[in-house]
Amino acid sequence: MSSRFRASLLILGVAATALAACNREERHSRAKPIGETVPTGQSPDTIFPGSTTAQPLDARASLYDNNAPALSEGQFLYTRMNCVGCHSHGGGGMGVALMDDEWRYGGRLDQIAASIAEGRPNGMPAWRAKLTDDQIWKLAAYVRSLSGQPSKDVVNSRADAMSATSPATLTPREPVRSSDSAQQ
Amino acid sequence: MSRRTRAAAVALLFTGACSIQHYQSTFSDAAVEVRQFNILFVIFLVICAIMYLAVIAFLVAGLVRRRRRLANVMEDGRHHESDPLLRTALIGWGVVVGTGLVGLAIASFIADRSMANAAASEKLSITLTANQWWWDVRYNSADSSKTLRTANELHLPVGVPVRIILNSNDVIHSFWVPSLAGKQDLIPGRQNDISITPTKIGIYRGQCAEYCGAQHAHMALVVNVDSYADFLKWWRHQLQPAPPPATPLALAGYNFVTGRNCSACHAIAGTPASGTVGPDLTHLASRRTIAAGTMPMGKGNLYGWVADPQSLKPGSKMPTIALEPDELHAVVAYLETLK
Repeated sequence: MSSRFRASLLILGVAATALAACNREERHSRAKPIGETVPTGQSPDTIFPGSTTAQPLDARASLYDNNAPALSEGQFLYTRMNCVGCHSHGGGGMGVALMDDEWRYGGRLDQIAASIAEGRPNGMPAWRAKLTDDQIWKLAAYVRSLSGQPSKDVVNSRADAMSATSPATLTPREPVRSSDSAQQ
Repeated sequence: MSRRTRAAAVALLFTGACSIQHYQSTFSDAAVEVRQFNILFVIFLVICAIMYLAVIAFLVAGLVRRRRRLANVMEDGRHHESDPLLRTALIGWGVVVGTGLVGLAIASFIADRSMANAAASEKLSITLTANQWWWDVRYNSADSSKTLRTANELHLPVGVPVRIILNSNDVIHSFWVPSLAGKQDLIPGRQNDISITPTKIGIYRGQCAEYCGAQHAHMALVVNVDSYADFLKWWRHQLQPAPPPATPLALAGYNFVTGRNCSACHAIAGTPASGTVGPDLTHLASRRTIAAGTMPMGKGNLYGWVADPQSLKPGSKMPTIALEPDELHAVVAYLETLK
Protein backbone atom coordinates (compact mmCIF):
# COMPACT_ATOMS: atom_id res chain seq x y z
CA MET A 1 0.00 0.00 0.00
CA SER A 2 1.60 3.26 -1.08
CA SER A 3 1.86 6.14 1.37
CA ARG A 4 -0.16 8.27 -1.03
CA PHE A 5 -2.99 5.75 -1.04
CA ARG A 6 -2.87 5.57 2.73
CA ALA A 7 -3.00 9.39 3.01
CA SER A 8 -6.04 9.65 0.75
CA LEU A 9 -7.71 6.87 2.71
CA LEU A 10 -7.08 8.82 5.91
CA ILE A 11 -8.53 12.02 4.37
CA LEU A 12 -11.59 10.09 3.22
CA GLY A 13 -12.03 8.69 6.72
CA VAL A 14 -11.81 12.14 8.31
CA ALA A 15 -14.26 13.57 5.75
CA ALA A 16 -16.71 10.74 6.38
CA THR A 17 -16.51 11.33 10.15
CA ALA A 18 -17.04 15.07 9.66
CA LEU A 19 -20.03 14.47 7.40
CA ALA A 20 -21.56 12.04 9.87
CA ALA A 21 -21.20 14.67 12.59
CA CYS A 22 -23.24 17.14 10.50
CA ASN A 23 -26.25 14.88 10.68
CA ARG A 24 -26.88 15.49 14.36
CA GLU A 25 -30.10 17.41 14.10
CA GLU A 26 -32.33 19.36 11.84
CA ARG A 27 -32.85 23.02 12.69
CA HIS A 28 -36.24 24.51 12.01
CA SER A 29 -37.05 28.00 13.17
CA ARG A 30 -40.70 27.85 12.13
CA ALA A 31 -42.89 25.18 13.60
CA LYS A 32 -43.94 22.89 10.82
CA PRO A 33 -46.67 22.16 10.60
CA ILE A 34 -48.24 24.88 12.71
CA GLY A 35 -50.86 22.95 14.62
CA GLU A 36 -54.08 24.25 16.01
CA THR A 37 -53.59 22.90 19.50
CA VAL A 38 -51.14 20.87 21.52
CA PRO A 39 -51.39 18.02 20.82
CA THR A 40 -54.16 17.37 18.32
CA GLY A 41 -56.37 14.37 17.79
CA GLN A 42 -55.98 11.61 20.33
CA SER A 43 -54.94 14.07 23.00
CA PRO A 44 -53.52 12.58 26.16
CA ASP A 45 -55.25 15.51 27.81
CA THR A 46 -56.62 14.08 30.98
CA ILE A 47 -56.59 15.56 34.39
CA PHE A 48 -56.72 12.11 35.94
CA PRO A 49 -53.30 11.28 37.26
CA GLY A 50 -51.71 7.89 37.04
CA SER A 51 -51.53 5.46 34.18
CA THR A 52 -54.04 5.93 31.43
CA THR A 53 -54.67 3.85 28.35
CA ALA A 54 -51.60 4.03 26.17
CA GLN A 55 -52.10 6.18 23.12
CA PRO A 56 -49.82 6.35 20.11
CA LEU A 57 -47.10 9.01 20.40
CA ASP A 58 -47.90 12.31 18.67
CA ALA A 59 -46.07 12.46 15.34
CA ARG A 60 -44.58 15.88 16.12
CA ALA A 61 -42.62 14.45 19.04
CA SER A 62 -39.98 13.19 16.62
CA LEU A 63 -39.31 16.80 15.51
CA TYR A 64 -38.30 17.81 19.02
CA ASP A 65 -37.02 14.66 20.67
CA ASN A 66 -33.22 14.35 20.60
CA ASN A 67 -32.92 17.70 18.85
CA ALA A 68 -30.15 19.97 20.18
CA PRO A 69 -31.55 23.35 19.04
CA ALA A 70 -34.96 22.46 20.48
CA LEU A 71 -33.37 21.57 23.84
CA SER A 72 -31.37 24.77 23.82
CA GLU A 73 -34.41 26.93 23.01
CA GLY A 74 -36.34 25.00 25.66
CA GLN A 75 -33.68 25.82 28.22
CA PHE A 76 -33.96 29.52 27.30
CA LEU A 77 -37.75 29.42 27.70
CA TYR A 78 -37.56 27.43 30.93
CA THR A 79 -35.61 30.28 32.55
CA ARG A 80 -37.32 33.21 30.85
CA MET A 81 -40.88 31.96 31.40
CA ASN A 82 -40.02 31.49 35.06
CA CYS A 83 -40.57 27.74 35.28
CA VAL A 84 -37.69 28.00 37.75
CA GLY A 85 -39.97 29.93 40.10
CA CYS A 86 -41.87 26.75 41.03
CA HIS A 87 -39.92 23.80 39.66
CA SER A 88 -36.45 25.16 40.41
CA HIS A 89 -33.83 23.75 38.05
CA GLY A 90 -35.61 20.41 38.06
CA GLY A 91 -35.47 19.71 41.76
CA GLY A 92 -38.90 21.16 42.42
CA GLY A 93 -40.12 23.46 45.14
CA MET A 94 -43.62 24.83 45.11
CA GLY A 95 -44.07 22.73 41.97
CA VAL A 96 -43.16 19.10 41.45
CA ALA A 97 -39.64 17.89 40.77
CA LEU A 98 -38.95 17.31 37.08
CA MET A 99 -35.67 15.43 37.37
CA ASP A 100 -37.02 12.35 39.11
CA ASP A 101 -38.73 9.27 37.70
CA GLU A 102 -42.30 10.09 38.67
CA TRP A 103 -44.74 11.53 36.16
CA ARG A 104 -48.26 12.10 37.41
CA TYR A 105 -49.55 12.98 33.94
CA GLY A 106 -47.17 10.94 31.86
CA GLY A 107 -43.50 11.38 31.01
CA ARG A 108 -43.76 11.14 27.24
CA LEU A 109 -42.91 14.25 25.20
CA ASP A 110 -46.50 14.76 24.03
CA GLN A 111 -47.85 14.20 27.53
CA ILE A 112 -45.48 16.79 28.99
CA ALA A 113 -46.41 19.19 26.17
CA ALA A 114 -50.08 18.64 27.02
CA SER A 115 -49.39 19.31 30.73
CA ILE A 116 -47.68 22.61 29.83
CA ALA A 117 -50.40 23.62 27.37
CA GLU A 118 -53.41 22.69 29.47
CA GLY A 119 -52.12 23.30 32.94
CA ARG A 120 -52.63 20.84 35.80
CA PRO A 121 -54.51 20.97 39.12
CA ASN A 122 -52.91 22.49 42.19
CA GLY A 123 -51.03 25.35 40.58
CA MET A 124 -49.69 24.54 37.13
CA PRO A 125 -51.04 27.28 34.84
CA ALA A 126 -52.10 26.66 31.25
CA TRP A 127 -49.62 28.10 28.77
CA ARG A 128 -51.62 27.46 25.63
CA ALA A 129 -52.54 31.11 25.07
CA LYS A 130 -49.14 32.45 26.11
CA LEU A 131 -46.73 30.23 24.23
CA THR A 132 -46.89 28.85 20.72
CA ASP A 133 -47.08 25.11 20.11
CA ASP A 134 -43.49 25.18 18.88
CA GLN A 135 -42.32 26.80 22.12
CA ILE A 136 -44.32 24.34 24.25
CA TRP A 137 -42.80 21.34 22.44
CA LYS A 138 -39.32 22.80 22.90
CA LEU A 139 -39.99 23.32 26.60
CA ALA A 140 -41.26 19.75 26.89
CA ALA A 141 -38.08 18.50 25.19
CA TYR A 142 -35.98 20.40 27.73
CA VAL A 143 -38.09 19.14 30.66
CA ARG A 144 -37.41 15.57 29.51
CA SER A 145 -33.71 16.30 29.48
CA LEU A 146 -33.84 17.17 33.20
CA SER A 147 -34.26 13.48 33.96
CA GLY A 148 -31.68 12.48 31.37
CA GLN A 149 -34.04 11.14 28.70
CA PRO A 150 -32.42 12.44 25.48
CA SER A 151 -29.16 11.01 24.18
CA LYS A 152 -26.04 12.60 25.59
CA ASP A 153 -24.82 14.12 22.32
CA VAL A 154 -27.76 16.52 22.05
CA VAL A 155 -27.93 17.97 25.57
CA ASN A 156 -26.04 21.11 26.49
CA SER A 157 -22.67 20.44 28.05
CA ARG A 158 -23.03 23.71 29.96
CA ALA A 159 -25.89 25.66 31.50
CA ASP A 160 -26.83 29.10 30.15
CA ALA A 161 -26.08 30.70 33.50
CA MET A 162 -23.63 29.91 36.26
CA SER A 163 -24.56 26.62 37.82
CA ALA A 164 -23.39 24.59 40.79
CA THR A 165 -24.68 21.31 39.41
CA SER A 166 -22.93 18.91 37.08
CA PRO A 167 -23.56 19.42 33.36
CA ALA A 168 -26.58 17.87 31.64
CA THR A 169 -24.30 15.43 29.85
CA LEU A 170 -23.72 13.73 33.21
CA THR A 171 -27.39 13.55 34.21
CA PRO A 172 -28.27 9.90 34.79
CA ARG A 173 -31.28 8.64 32.86
CA GLU A 174 -34.22 8.04 35.17
CA PRO A 175 -36.84 5.44 34.36
CA VAL A 176 -40.21 6.96 33.40
CA ARG A 177 -42.94 5.87 35.79
CA SER A 178 -46.48 6.97 36.16
CA SER A 179 -47.42 7.81 39.68
CA ASP A 180 -50.58 8.65 41.48
CA SER A 181 -50.55 11.86 43.45
CA ALA A 182 -52.51 10.03 46.16
CA GLN A 183 -49.52 7.80 46.81
CA GLN A 184 -47.35 10.70 47.87
CA MET B 1 -8.24 40.66 -12.60
CA SER B 2 -7.90 43.14 -15.40
CA ARG B 3 -6.45 46.57 -14.80
CA ARG B 4 -9.81 48.21 -15.34
CA THR B 5 -11.65 46.09 -12.73
CA ARG B 6 -8.82 46.69 -10.28
CA ALA B 7 -9.09 50.44 -10.81
CA ALA B 8 -12.84 50.23 -10.36
CA ALA B 9 -12.42 48.29 -7.12
CA VAL B 10 -9.98 50.87 -5.75
CA ALA B 11 -12.31 53.72 -6.77
CA LEU B 12 -15.20 51.95 -5.04
CA LEU B 13 -13.14 51.55 -1.89
CA PHE B 14 -12.38 55.27 -1.86
CA THR B 15 -15.96 56.37 -2.50
CA GLY B 16 -16.99 54.01 0.30
CA ALA B 17 -14.52 55.67 2.63
CA CYS B 18 -15.72 59.17 1.70
CA SER B 19 -19.40 58.67 2.45
CA ILE B 20 -20.82 62.15 2.82
CA GLN B 21 -23.54 61.32 5.35
CA HIS B 22 -21.24 59.70 7.93
CA TYR B 23 -24.26 57.52 8.77
CA GLN B 24 -21.92 54.70 9.67
CA SER B 25 -18.33 55.72 9.11
CA THR B 26 -15.06 55.45 10.99
CA PHE B 27 -13.88 58.67 9.29
CA SER B 28 -16.53 60.77 10.98
CA ASP B 29 -15.79 63.15 13.84
CA ALA B 30 -19.27 63.31 15.34
CA ALA B 31 -18.07 62.69 18.90
CA VAL B 32 -15.15 63.82 21.04
CA GLU B 33 -13.93 60.25 21.52
CA VAL B 34 -13.90 59.28 17.86
CA ARG B 35 -12.12 62.54 17.03
CA GLN B 36 -9.39 61.79 19.58
CA PHE B 37 -9.08 58.28 18.22
CA ASN B 38 -8.76 59.57 14.68
CA ILE B 39 -6.10 62.15 15.66
CA LEU B 40 -4.19 59.43 17.50
CA PHE B 41 -4.52 57.18 14.48
CA VAL B 42 -3.13 59.87 12.15
CA ILE B 43 -0.19 60.53 14.51
CA PHE B 44 0.62 56.79 14.59
CA LEU B 45 0.18 56.50 10.86
CA VAL B 46 2.48 59.47 10.04
CA ILE B 47 5.23 58.52 12.48
CA CYS B 48 5.17 54.85 11.46
CA ALA B 49 5.10 55.78 7.77
CA ILE B 50 8.16 58.05 8.21
CA MET B 51 10.01 55.30 10.07
CA TYR B 52 9.05 52.73 7.46
CA LEU B 53 10.25 54.95 4.62
CA ALA B 54 13.49 55.64 6.52
CA VAL B 55 14.09 51.90 6.98
CA ILE B 56 13.49 51.25 3.28
CA ALA B 57 15.79 54.16 2.35
CA PHE B 58 18.57 52.80 4.59
CA LEU B 59 18.09 49.33 3.16
CA VAL B 60 18.43 50.59 -0.40
CA ALA B 61 21.42 52.76 0.56
CA GLY B 62 22.97 49.78 2.33
CA LEU B 63 22.59 47.55 -0.70
CA VAL B 64 24.20 50.10 -3.01
CA ARG B 65 26.98 50.94 -0.54
CA ARG B 66 27.82 47.32 0.21
CA ARG B 67 28.45 46.65 -3.43
CA ARG B 68 30.82 49.61 -3.71
CA ARG B 69 32.66 48.71 -0.49
CA LEU B 70 33.02 45.10 -1.52
CA ALA B 71 34.84 46.32 -4.59
CA ASN B 72 37.16 48.49 -2.40
CA VAL B 73 37.88 45.63 0.06
CA MET B 74 38.92 43.41 -2.76
CA GLU B 75 41.46 45.99 -3.83
CA ASP B 76 43.23 47.10 -0.60
CA GLY B 77 42.36 44.31 1.89
CA ARG B 78 40.80 46.50 4.67
CA HIS B 79 38.31 44.31 6.52
CA HIS B 80 37.42 45.40 10.05
CA GLU B 81 37.78 49.13 10.04
CA SER B 82 34.57 50.83 11.31
CA ASP B 83 33.22 53.70 9.33
CA PRO B 84 32.78 56.84 11.56
CA LEU B 85 29.93 58.07 9.37
CA LEU B 86 28.08 54.77 9.75
CA ARG B 87 28.58 54.87 13.49
CA THR B 88 27.10 58.38 13.79
CA ALA B 89 24.20 57.36 11.59
CA LEU B 90 23.53 54.29 13.80
CA ILE B 91 23.50 56.34 17.01
CA GLY B 92 21.29 58.92 15.30
CA TRP B 93 18.94 56.11 14.24
CA GLY B 94 18.70 54.86 17.82
CA VAL B 95 17.84 58.36 19.01
CA VAL B 96 15.16 58.74 16.30
CA VAL B 97 13.56 55.37 17.19
CA GLY B 98 13.61 56.21 20.91
CA THR B 99 12.10 59.67 20.36
CA GLY B 100 9.44 58.25 18.05
CA LEU B 101 8.38 55.60 20.57
CA VAL B 102 8.30 58.09 23.43
CA GLY B 103 6.26 60.46 21.23
CA LEU B 104 3.73 57.71 20.47
CA ALA B 105 3.50 56.75 24.13
CA ILE B 106 2.86 60.39 25.12
CA ALA B 107 0.20 60.85 22.41
CA SER B 108 -1.51 57.62 23.48
CA PHE B 109 -1.38 58.63 27.16
CA ILE B 110 -2.87 62.09 26.48
CA ALA B 111 -5.73 60.62 24.42
CA ASP B 112 -6.39 57.99 27.08
CA ARG B 113 -6.42 60.54 29.94
CA SER B 114 -8.69 63.01 28.16
CA MET B 115 -11.17 60.20 27.44
CA ALA B 116 -11.02 59.09 31.07
CA ASN B 117 -11.69 62.70 32.17
CA ALA B 118 -14.69 62.91 29.86
CA ALA B 119 -15.96 59.63 31.35
CA ALA B 120 -15.61 61.04 34.87
CA SER B 121 -17.87 64.00 34.08
CA GLU B 122 -20.71 61.98 32.56
CA LYS B 123 -24.16 63.54 32.84
CA LEU B 124 -26.30 60.72 31.51
CA SER B 125 -26.13 57.01 32.24
CA ILE B 126 -27.59 54.39 29.94
CA THR B 127 -27.57 50.63 30.39
CA LEU B 128 -27.41 48.79 27.10
CA THR B 129 -28.06 45.06 27.26
CA ALA B 130 -27.42 42.96 24.18
CA ASN B 131 -29.61 39.98 23.38
CA GLN B 132 -29.80 37.61 20.46
CA TRP B 133 -30.52 39.75 18.36
CA TRP B 134 -31.62 43.10 19.68
CA TRP B 135 -30.56 45.86 22.08
CA ASP B 136 -32.34 46.56 25.34
CA VAL B 137 -31.93 50.22 26.30
CA ARG B 138 -32.48 51.59 29.79
CA TYR B 139 -32.02 55.25 30.72
CA ASN B 140 -30.95 55.15 34.35
CA SER B 141 -32.12 57.61 36.93
CA ALA B 142 -31.99 57.82 40.71
CA ASP B 143 -35.75 58.36 40.59
CA SER B 144 -37.28 55.06 39.46
CA SER B 145 -40.29 56.85 37.93
CA LYS B 146 -37.83 58.54 35.54
CA THR B 147 -36.18 55.27 34.50
CA LEU B 148 -36.96 54.63 30.90
CA ARG B 149 -36.89 51.38 28.94
CA THR B 150 -36.84 51.20 25.16
CA ALA B 151 -35.10 49.11 22.52
CA ASN B 152 -32.84 49.23 19.47
CA GLU B 153 -32.66 53.02 19.52
CA LEU B 154 -30.49 55.46 21.47
CA HIS B 155 -31.26 59.15 21.76
CA LEU B 156 -28.38 61.30 22.96
CA PRO B 157 -28.24 65.05 23.62
CA VAL B 158 -25.45 66.79 21.69
CA GLY B 159 -22.45 67.93 23.74
CA VAL B 160 -23.36 65.92 26.85
CA PRO B 161 -20.95 63.21 28.04
CA VAL B 162 -22.85 59.92 28.21
CA ARG B 163 -21.75 56.75 29.94
CA ILE B 164 -23.13 53.58 28.40
CA ILE B 165 -22.99 50.51 30.63
CA LEU B 166 -22.74 47.38 28.52
CA ASN B 167 -24.17 43.98 29.48
CA SER B 168 -25.17 40.86 27.64
CA ASN B 169 -27.86 38.29 28.38
CA ASP B 170 -26.57 35.41 26.28
CA VAL B 171 -23.36 35.49 24.23
CA ILE B 172 -20.60 38.01 23.57
CA HIS B 173 -21.74 40.94 21.43
CA SER B 174 -19.90 44.13 20.54
CA PHE B 175 -21.16 47.71 20.65
CA TRP B 176 -19.97 49.57 17.57
CA VAL B 177 -21.22 52.94 16.40
CA PRO B 178 -18.26 53.84 14.20
CA SER B 179 -19.33 57.46 13.75
CA LEU B 180 -19.27 58.04 17.51
CA ALA B 181 -16.88 55.64 19.22
CA GLY B 182 -14.67 52.59 18.92
CA LYS B 183 -15.81 49.05 19.63
CA GLN B 184 -16.53 47.69 23.08
CA ASP B 185 -17.60 44.13 23.85
CA LEU B 186 -20.75 43.21 25.77
CA ILE B 187 -19.92 40.13 27.81
CA PRO B 188 -22.44 37.96 29.69
CA GLY B 189 -21.94 38.08 33.45
CA ARG B 190 -19.65 41.07 33.27
CA GLN B 191 -20.12 44.83 33.12
CA ASN B 192 -18.30 46.91 30.54
CA ASP B 193 -18.73 50.56 29.71
CA ILE B 194 -17.98 53.18 27.10
CA SER B 195 -18.24 56.98 27.10
CA ILE B 196 -19.49 59.10 24.25
CA THR B 197 -19.70 62.89 23.93
CA PRO B 198 -21.49 63.51 20.64
CA THR B 199 -20.65 66.80 18.94
CA LYS B 200 -22.80 66.70 15.81
CA ILE B 201 -26.57 66.40 15.52
CA GLY B 202 -27.57 63.55 13.25
CA ILE B 203 -28.65 59.95 12.90
CA TYR B 204 -25.98 57.27 13.11
CA ARG B 205 -26.04 53.54 12.70
CA GLY B 206 -24.52 51.08 15.11
CA GLN B 207 -23.96 47.41 14.44
CA CYS B 208 -23.07 44.39 16.54
CA ALA B 209 -19.40 43.80 15.75
CA GLU B 210 -18.87 40.38 17.29
CA TYR B 211 -20.39 37.37 15.56
CA CYS B 212 -23.24 36.35 17.84
CA GLY B 213 -25.34 33.85 15.90
CA ALA B 214 -27.52 33.41 12.86
CA GLN B 215 -28.97 36.95 12.86
CA HIS B 216 -25.79 38.83 13.79
CA ALA B 217 -26.15 40.96 10.65
CA HIS B 218 -29.67 41.98 11.68
CA MET B 219 -28.58 43.46 14.98
CA ALA B 220 -28.36 47.16 14.33
CA LEU B 221 -28.78 50.13 16.61
CA VAL B 222 -30.03 53.58 15.59
CA VAL B 223 -28.36 56.45 17.43
CA ASN B 224 -30.18 59.75 17.26
CA VAL B 225 -28.10 62.73 18.37
CA ASP B 226 -30.50 65.60 19.07
CA SER B 227 -30.24 69.10 20.44
CA TYR B 228 -30.71 69.21 24.20
CA ALA B 229 -34.25 70.59 23.89
CA ASP B 230 -35.26 67.91 21.38
CA PHE B 231 -33.75 65.22 23.56
CA LEU B 232 -35.71 66.40 26.60
CA LYS B 233 -38.88 66.46 24.53
CA TRP B 234 -38.26 62.88 23.38
CA TRP B 235 -37.37 61.76 26.88
CA ARG B 236 -40.51 63.28 28.45
CA HIS B 237 -42.64 61.71 25.74
CA GLN B 238 -41.06 58.29 26.24
CA LEU B 239 -41.82 58.46 29.98
CA GLN B 240 -45.54 58.63 29.20
CA PRO B 241 -47.45 55.33 29.37
CA ALA B 242 -49.07 53.99 26.22
CA PRO B 243 -52.36 55.72 25.33
CA PRO B 244 -55.54 53.63 25.77
CA PRO B 245 -56.92 52.19 22.52
CA ALA B 246 -59.38 54.57 20.87
CA THR B 247 -61.01 52.50 18.12
CA PRO B 248 -62.83 49.15 18.46
CA LEU B 249 -60.19 47.51 16.25
CA ALA B 250 -57.34 48.86 18.37
CA LEU B 251 -59.21 47.69 21.48
CA ALA B 252 -59.39 44.16 20.06
CA GLY B 253 -55.66 44.40 19.39
CA TYR B 254 -55.05 45.64 22.93
CA ASN B 255 -56.97 42.66 24.30
CA PHE B 256 -54.93 40.22 22.24
CA VAL B 257 -51.56 41.84 22.99
CA THR B 258 -52.13 42.07 26.74
CA GLY B 259 -54.00 38.79 27.15
CA ARG B 260 -52.26 36.37 24.81
CA ASN B 261 -48.82 35.40 23.59
CA CYS B 262 -47.35 38.92 23.16
CA SER B 263 -47.45 39.84 26.84
CA ALA B 264 -45.46 36.74 27.82
CA CYS B 265 -42.37 38.48 26.44
CA HIS B 266 -43.15 42.15 25.78
CA ALA B 267 -43.94 45.02 28.12
CA ILE B 268 -46.10 48.05 27.39
CA ALA B 269 -46.11 50.70 30.11
CA GLY B 270 -49.62 51.49 31.32
CA THR B 271 -51.00 48.05 30.43
CA PRO B 272 -50.86 44.63 32.13
CA ALA B 273 -48.26 43.51 29.55
CA SER B 274 -45.01 43.38 31.50
CA GLY B 275 -42.78 40.68 30.02
CA THR B 276 -39.05 41.30 30.08
CA VAL B 277 -37.83 38.73 27.56
CA GLY B 278 -38.44 40.85 24.45
CA PRO B 279 -38.15 44.53 23.55
CA ASP B 280 -40.34 47.11 25.31
CA LEU B 281 -43.19 48.13 22.99
CA THR B 282 -44.50 51.22 24.81
CA HIS B 283 -43.51 53.62 22.02
CA LEU B 284 -42.84 51.08 19.30
CA ALA B 285 -44.34 53.12 16.44
CA SER B 286 -42.10 56.11 17.24
CA ARG B 287 -38.97 54.09 16.45
CA ARG B 288 -37.31 54.12 13.06
CA THR B 289 -36.91 50.38 12.57
CA ILE B 290 -38.48 47.01 13.39
CA ALA B 291 -36.52 44.05 14.79
CA ALA B 292 -33.19 45.82 15.41
CA GLY B 293 -32.76 47.47 12.04
CA THR B 294 -34.15 44.56 10.01
CA MET B 295 -36.86 46.69 8.36
CA PRO B 296 -37.96 50.33 8.44
CA MET B 297 -40.99 51.03 10.63
CA GLY B 298 -44.23 51.08 8.67
CA LYS B 299 -47.64 49.49 8.49
CA GLY B 300 -46.71 46.91 5.83
CA ASN B 301 -43.57 45.85 7.64
CA LEU B 302 -45.45 45.62 10.94
CA TYR B 303 -47.95 43.29 9.27
CA GLY B 304 -45.15 41.16 7.87
CA TRP B 305 -43.25 41.03 11.14
CA VAL B 306 -46.24 40.16 13.34
CA ALA B 307 -47.60 37.61 10.87
CA ASP B 308 -44.38 35.67 10.30
CA PRO B 309 -41.18 36.87 11.99
CA GLN B 310 -39.46 33.54 11.34
CA SER B 311 -39.49 34.15 7.60
CA LEU B 312 -38.02 37.65 7.97
CA LYS B 313 -35.51 36.90 10.72
CA PRO B 314 -35.13 33.11 10.98
CA GLY B 315 -33.96 31.95 14.39
CA SER B 316 -35.12 35.10 16.16
CA LYS B 317 -36.72 34.52 19.56
CA MET B 318 -39.98 36.06 18.28
CA PRO B 319 -42.10 33.03 17.38
CA THR B 320 -44.46 32.73 14.46
CA ILE B 321 -47.88 32.80 16.09
CA ALA B 322 -50.63 31.42 13.91
CA LEU B 323 -52.77 34.58 14.05
CA GLU B 324 -56.20 34.65 12.48
CA PRO B 325 -56.54 37.49 9.92
CA ASP B 326 -58.87 39.53 12.16
CA GLU B 327 -56.43 39.13 15.06
CA LEU B 328 -53.57 40.29 12.84
CA HIS B 329 -55.48 43.40 11.72
CA ALA B 330 -56.34 44.21 15.32
CA VAL B 331 -52.81 43.70 16.68
CA VAL B 332 -51.24 45.89 13.97
CA ALA B 333 -53.92 48.56 14.47
CA TYR B 334 -53.08 48.64 18.17
CA LEU B 335 -49.31 48.62 17.66
CA GLU B 336 -49.64 51.59 15.32
CA THR B 337 -51.17 53.65 18.11
CA LEU B 338 -48.03 53.17 20.25
CA LYS B 339 -46.41 56.39 19.02
